[in-house]
Amino acid sequence: MALQPTRPGGRLYRDPQRRVVAGVAAGIATHVGLPVLAIRIAFCVLLGFNGIGAVMYAVFWAVLPVEPGRAKRGRDWQSALPFLAIGGGVLLVQQLVGLSGVQSAIGWLVALVALGAGVIWHQADPQRRARLEMAVTKRSWLTGMVGDSDRPGYLLRLIGGGILVAVGVVGITAVIAPIPGAGLTSLLNSLVFSIVALAGVGLVVAPVLWRMFGQLRAEREARIRETERAELAAMVHDQVLHTLALIQRNAADPKSVLQLARGQERTLRNWLYKPAWSASERFAAALEEIAGEVEDAYPVAVEVVVVGDRPVSEAIGALIRATREAVVNAARHAGVDTISVYAEVEPEEINVFIRDRGKGFDLGSVEETRHGVRGSIIGRMARHGGEAEIRSAPGEGTEVRLALPVRKVQDNDAAPAEGAKA
Amino acid sequence: MTEQDDTTAAAPLRVFLVDDHAMFRAGVRAELGGRDIDVVGEASSVAQAASAIITLAPDVVLLDVHMPDGGGRAVLDQVRKASPGIKFLALSVSDAAEDVIGLIRAGARGYVTKTISSDELAAAIRRVADGDAVFSPRLAGFVLDAFASRGDAPVADPELDQLTTREREVLRLLARGYAYKEIAKELYISIKTVETHVSNVLRKLQMSNRYELSRWAADRRLV
Repeated sequence: MALQPTRPGGRLYRDPQRRVVAGVAAGIATHVGLPVLAIRIAFCVLLGFNGIGAVMYAVFWAVLPVEPGRAKRGRDWQSALPFLAIGGGVLLVQQLVGLSGVQSAIGWLVALVALGAGVIWHQADPQRRARLEMAVTKRSWLTGMVGDSDRPGYLLRLIGGGILVAVGVVGITAVIAPIPGAGLTSLLNSLVFSIVALAGVGLVVAPVLWRMFGQLRAEREARIRETERAELAAMVHDQVLHTLALIQRNAADPKSVLQLARGQERTLRNWLYKPAWSASERFAAALEEIAGEVEDAYPVAVEVVVVGDRPVSEAIGALIRATREAVVNAARHAGVDTISVYAEVEPEEINVFIRDRGKGFDLGSVEETRHGVRGSIIGRMARHGGEAEIRSAPGEGTEVRLALPVRKVQDNDAAPAEGAKA
Repeated sequence: MTEQDDTTAAAPLRVFLVDDHAMFRAGVRAELGGRDIDVVGEASSVAQAASAIITLAPDVVLLDVHMPDGGGRAVLDQVRKASPGIKFLALSVSDAAEDVIGLIRAGARGYVTKTISSDELAAAIRRVADGDAVFSPRLAGFVLDAFASRGDAPVADPELDQLTTREREVLRLLARGYAYKEIAKELYISIKTVETHVSNVLRKLQMSNRYELSRWAADRRLV
């Protein structure tokens, strides 16, 4: 009990932060409370006894986990030099004294096997798994295949570890059973043995790897589901619950309740059936957006029916703005609950009808005073080669018809319009 | 679709309600009371609905599109085999194209959304009971889109697969939000003629094998 661990109950870890080779010596030093230097020299000296220092180091390295929370530091080869020198010296002395022989060779080879097995074993360590996982989720599969620098290294290490094990096994067989005169046969035999041994290692490691990848996949799926759930929860919370609260507060005012419900319905629909196009891209989407904006601003329902669709051009942009003006006029002046907007996109012409069953007005008297109609609707349409026609009479509602001649859409333009809705 | 002053039906109509939301059923029942429309029964599931409808033989069934155990389509298929005379009006929050076209092609004579006013709902029920069709503006738009003359599409049966110019005009006005009476005035024809045109369109919609119609249910997602 002289060697009390510095941290009571502490486990033995490797300490990659203070490493020279893999942090084994540093880890042991921390654990037993001796100076690192002493441990390192001990390993070097042990090299002389049948290479047992190398075996021990390799086994420790293979088995010990990295101390949690310790960042890896680059290897400092310069500080390794003295220890290499000590090791070399020990070996030299051993050679001179004549202690080397079969035993020491076996020690070295066992160290080789341990090293190879350790390399393979470490592929399945939890930190690497975490790193791999991050790489998988952060990158798309393509960059994952092409740009993931970890993956080739992973394979390389696996193969390298395998080769080390194989060489070690071959060497051990060659040393233990040196059949005189049959060098090639025994080498072949040992090769077969080593392949068998490798297959054994593969059998052991494969389920671990398989399980690891399965776990990885499951975790990823769970995270995707969790993200979706969080998105839904956020949407319901920010929007639906908020709207419901507002509806309760405004329960006495049917108009604002209607407006709130309509706005929420539209948001939910957009969220559920994500529109294929944005309002700046396609005509139909732009009309839907107008309807939404007007419904938000005025207590009316705007029913939009669009037959056909095409991309927004400058002239179509003007048509959209004129439509907006007409819808806003109807919402403001007609005094109705519902406004109908019907648009038909034909190959050579777009027609838009904005209709309400409201008050209506006398065309002769109003056009002078209502600048909006003349400037924003009739003038705008005329500037883009279209026309606007207003039908209205007091008490009979109003219908605005906007017509815009357009050039035939090219086939490659029309095709995505059909495909994208699908 | 709308005709508020058309309240001169002779005998009270017998209507059956199928909807999985009790609150909605209660609301419709309350709205239709006092409009010469008698709600003779209700059901909240496909299984309940089919047998009750066949027993009660109502004039019109108001049918919800989406229900937990199969939806309006299942009710339509079961009842129409036993009693082909019962008329269906589909009623749903969704007016997605695949729902609309799917139910019409299964035999419903009309389609309205649940936001419809009670006057309009009563008028729609009467129209369906009279054997006519009820098209919402959106449904009219869908039909125009589906029957649009795309140059490359071959027409197998011109009688079923194309709309006449007149039918197209009527549908356009429906899509523009015109009531039947207003359409009649606009086109200088009688209301009865408008109804005939719409019924013909409904028949084509149900019978035509146009690619757009069968494809619609499968891959269109218009809202």
